[in-house]
Amino acid sequence: MLSKRHFWAPVVLAVATGAVSAQAETITVTVDKMAFSPTEINAKVGDTIEWVNKDKFVHTATVKGGWEVMLPVKKSGSIVVQKAETIDYICRFHPNMKGRIMVAAP
Amino acid sequence: MHIRPIAALAALCLLGAAPLAQAADMPTDPQIAHIAYTAGALDVDMGRLAISKSKNKDVLDFAESMVRDHEAVNVQALDLVKKLNVTPEDNATSKALTDATAAERAKLEKLDGAAFDKAYVDNEVAYHKQVNGALETLLIPSAQNAELKSLLETGLKIFQGHEQHAETVAAGLK
Repeated sequence: MLSKRHFWAPVVLAVATGAVSAQAETITVTVDKMAFSPTEINAKVGDTIEWVNKDKFVHTATVKGGWEVMLPVKKSGSIVVQKAETIDYICRFHPNMKGRIMVAAP
Repeated sequence: MHIRPIAALAALCLLGAAPLAQAADMPTDPQIAHIAYTAGALDVDMGRLAISKSKNKDVLDFAESMVRDHEAVNVQALDLVKKLNVTPEDNATSKALTDATAAERAKLEKLDGAAFDKAYVDNEVAYHKQVNGALETLLIPSAQNAELKSLLETGLKIFQGHEQHAETVAAGLK
């Protein structure tokens, strides 16, 4: 049956709590013309990743089996990266749009 | 009128074996605009049918994104033809697409539940493959106006995304 129930995965809300360390940065990824730019980014644990959707289409930043950030037309959304790992994500509506976040220890 | 060579190409496209067109067989920009708009509008109609019939969350989610994206592309297409002062011209390829989709829709209307979901999503995979093939091998290479070509190229990226999305949904239905 339905094996990929990522819809039920906890959705990460686009709220930065302010509870991160003083050195935490916000890294912006632009979503335009059906692409994440830059495609690959480097971040540290505690950094905020913000996607700014400049496209005329609704996109998402989705980790299969994990979190999802909805990116309505001309809107932005963000997450705070929590642990050192490499995160591959796609747009669920257009899986040919791919991105990667390489998260290092703080 | 240059209907016959286009009809022949349309037939080849529908068979999934479109060769590179010779210059004389290439559709004009008004015809390309009509084909691209029609292809999108037909998929919006199919998406609306799925929204009215399906109860599967993945299928509904997909159908809603088809309606949303194809409408958004067609708004851009209408804005562009207005700006370029081009009147989209009906042609044999548009007619073939419309007829094929009407036949598919008649089949889908008779189905319900899981049978409908599978038939709709399988058809969406096939439809996007066919339209993307036509965009890549015929419509984009034939387009003369740079802005029209650019919009078709953006459309191709979106529709390739739809094809992959449809394949993911189809795999989840098995």
